[in-house]
Amino acid sequence: MTATGHQASLTHLQRLEAEAIHILREVAAEADKPVMLYSVGKDSAVMLHLAVKAFWPSRPPFPLLHVDTTWKFRAMYEMRERMARELGFDLIVHRNPDALEKGINPFDHGSALHTDIWKTEGLKQALDLHGFDAAFGGARRDEEKSRAKERIFSFRSAQHRWDPKNQRPELWRIYNTRKNPGESIRVFPISNWTELDVWQYIHLENIPIVPLYFSDVRPVVDRDGTLIMVDDDRMPLRPGETPMMKSVRFRTLGCYPLTGAVESTAATLPDIIQEMLLTTTSERQGRMIDHDQAASMEKKKQEGYF
Amino acid sequence: MAHQSDLIATDIEAYLKAHETKSLLRFLTCGSVDDGKSTLIGRLLYDSKMIFEDQLAALESDSRRVGTQGGEIDFALLVDGLAAEREQGITIDVAYRFFSTDRRKFIVADTPGHEQYTRNMVTGASTADAAVILIDARRGVLTQTRRHAYLVHLLGIRHVMLAVNKMDLVDWSQAVFDDITAEFTSFAGKIGLPAFTAIPMSALRGDNVAERGSAPDWHEGPTLLSWLEAAPVGDDAVARPFRMPVQWVNRPNLDFRGFSGLVAAGSVRPGDPLRVSPSGRESRVRQVFVGTEDVPEALAGQSVTLTLEGEIDISRGDVLAASDAPVSVADQFEATVVWMDEAPMLPGRPYLLKLGTRTVAASITEPKHRVNVNTLEHLAAKRLDLNEIGVCNISTEMPVAFEPYAESRDLGGFILIDRMSNRTVGAGMIHFALRRSQNVHWQALDVDRAARATLKGHRGRVIWFTGLSGSGKSTIANMVEKKLHAMGRHTYLLDGDNVRHGLNRDLGFTDEDRVENIRRVAEVAKLMADAGLIVLVSFISPFRAERALARSLMPEGDFVEVFVDTPLAVAEARDVKGLYAKARAGELKNFTGIDSPYEAPETPEIRIDTTALSPEAAAEHVTAWMEGELDYTI
Repeated sequence: MTATGHQASLTHLQRLEAEAIHILREVAAEADKPVMLYSVGKDSAVMLHLAVKAFWPSRPPFPLLHVDTTWKFRAMYEMRERMARELGFDLIVHRNPDALEKGINPFDHGSALHTDIWKTEGLKQALDLHGFDAAFGGARRDEEKSRAKERIFSFRSAQHRWDPKNQRPELWRIYNTRKNPGESIRVFPISNWTELDVWQYIHLENIPIVPLYFSDVRPVVDRDGTLIMVDDDRMPLRPGETPMMKSVRFRTLGCYPLTGAVESTAATLPDIIQEMLLTTTSERQGRMIDHDQAASMEKKKQEGYF
Repeated sequence: MAHQSDLIATDIEAYLKAHETKSLLRFLTCGSVDDGKSTLIGRLLYDSKMIFEDQLAALESDSRRVGTQGGEIDFALLVDGLAAEREQGITIDVAYRFFSTDRRKFIVADTPGHEQYTRNMVTGASTADAAVILIDARRGVLTQTRRHAYLVHLLGIRHVMLAVNKMDLVDWSQAVFDDITAEFTSFAGKIGLPAFTAIPMSALRGDNVAERGSAPDWHEGPTLLSWLEAAPVGDDAVARPFRMPVQWVNRPNLDFRGFSGLVAAGSVRPGDPLRVSPSGRESRVRQVFVGTEDVPEALAGQSVTLTLEGEIDISRGDVLAASDAPVSVADQFEATVVWMDEAPMLPGRPYLLKLGTRTVAASITEPKHRVNVNTLEHLAAKRLDLNEIGVCNISTEMPVAFEPYAESRDLGGFILIDRMSNRTVGAGMIHFALRRSQNVHWQALDVDRAARATLKGHRGRVIWFTGLSGSGKSTIANMVEKKLHAMGRHTYLLDGDNVRHGLNRDLGFTDEDRVENIRRVAEVAKLMADAGLIVLVSFISPFRAERALARSLMPEGDFVEVFVDTPLAVAEARDVKGLYAKARAGELKNFTGIDSPYEAPETPEIRIDTTALSPEAAAEHVTAWMEGELDYTI
């Protein structure tokens, strides 16, 4: 985001980029052992891009951590390996060994348990295992109500719990990064970005994203009104169910059995942005974990889900 | 999420091109509980089509279930985020909302109107370019309105909108609107608020929010949204001299040494001469990087990395500035302090102060006055409690580069951090440096600590006895001194009661005075240790923070904390001086252990359990520990 020609003030994306880079550097300067959580989605793609910019020509002074569930789309695993290699990050992949042993999956155990064991527990394990004291996440305040009230620097107890009533005031551009023993920080550099900002930035900066965001003909089944892609042969088909080939794409990415596709022909970034601007439902609707119960994200966060 | 532009459907590329150049405005809404603030924000989101169908469906069902508009859409529900809040019908903290129009992206800081108000509003205002102050037309300018205006002005927001809401409920009476505007104008003049714009509005009906709606013709000003679209962004930071606090030193290899930071003011180009503060060294800019690109110029608000000519020592916390307009450096300031913590601000207590990218130890004097935010009266104060605002002097442990807050938020605003809890306990805005700090310099002396230690045959140090009244501190310290003296050590015993007869005779037993009491004793002990004495200090010293201060004054290893650990019941049963009996009878206020807290040391060098050791055995233990553990060589 360089200023083009002689400009007197910054555009909204320049301001957002500068703020995110400032936050990334502040953590690099003050935390003992930071890490960047990498989910392989579009927000993560922006985060990687920002991290490269913030520290260039140095390599970002922290590794990437992917909390894997073994149920992500295959295209996401390919992207993960490619990005770590091309951008020169150290990549740590954590799979909760308990979940692996018990074979936890969304079909037999339900989305809530699956998410809790693989993601929530997996994340806590990985942070404890490596002793990371600050973890960058790509959450945005516009995504969900409980996030609108979360600080950019969000403290977690030794049990990784979030206490919304006990957050530190954040003034100006000054962040208090001091922790008590056992505490850790989740840091959200793109808190103030909206979904549109993220897409516009990806477009302007030409940031690589997982091809699943673009529409293509893919095998899907209709499960209770949600189109689920049959990404591998682990997916049990119901009696009489055969995958249909449809032109679909994904607005968010997660575990493939829990991520609804939308029918679409948007094959380029401008198409995607156009579709998003004309559409009538919010992006989280494709995420089945938010629907489990009212205010579920708030509850999950209090329990330690990012 | 239908932005209204037809371009989206017809020519998305052209739409995107147009939207690349949008600016960003951050603003704050302030209003009391029933002024319609949440309704206004909900309305702005709704009118700018930032609400999706699934969110709208949820809103409609929530409105029927828990709404306050008789089943009609209750916009306020859009912005009450947490389940905890809905259940209790309250709003906690500051929430940030986003919407955009074809011209601008907006970030709204939404702060609730009840308790904790000052803290939340100050937080929200600290990043805002503009403020919307809401008034209920039926109620006019209230105490809260004055408070909002004062805080908006205090935080340096220059663009202010007075939104006179609920005009539909006073039949859009021009007289009502004019009266309110006149009253607010007179108040704004009193606090020095330079200018503001007033509009009559109905947030619930959407009149004069995005559209005129049924707003009458007698008002010719802008709608709220068109005012927000036109308000200047980021004030005049670009026009001022260059400033950048160094955040991070970028050193990938021996050939590259860059200094990364966010440009706080001005612009920077290769060749520009710079001065580094506080060191005062000068250099020139070699290259300017924004991200991975080598650019000809960077502006205020951008995150950059600079390389400079020559090798100069620069580290995080230093400030780079235009060499013909360098920033000031000082270690004592006058500032307005806003207190944000349940535990009060105590004068003299050491806090951490973070200004820009620099964190230093700092202490605050007794407030010159406290401001009643409702009446703006100046009141006398000994301390600041939660949500109180006062003018104080601050002194920092080392000089810092700064600018007055009125000129720079980035170099004039600071936060205060409690050293024990690590909480952000306060925020401050610098007025000016105190002249004395610029003129009193440390005198370097030729006979130093090492020279005195050589003459004495041992290094000076501080042995700090802490414990409840009646724990046996003074008895044990006295015995330790006798033993050390017999061994030929040069000692001095500072006893709490004795010092209170002299140096500290002006101090009482409030928390503020206890902090000052310990600060003075710690400084005296430091001077004596510097002179080569082994100083035994026997003081209740109930607070961890002040003991930490005393420790921080001494070189590593030369401060020995001895916790004389006697349970309250035991000390009270002994009650050698009869003080516990008096305290229990209410004749003695603020007595440690009874109605004033004692914070036991967590990791003292020596802990003495007086229920297991006699004073003689305890003294022997301390002396033996010191002879065994401490290196007496010089």
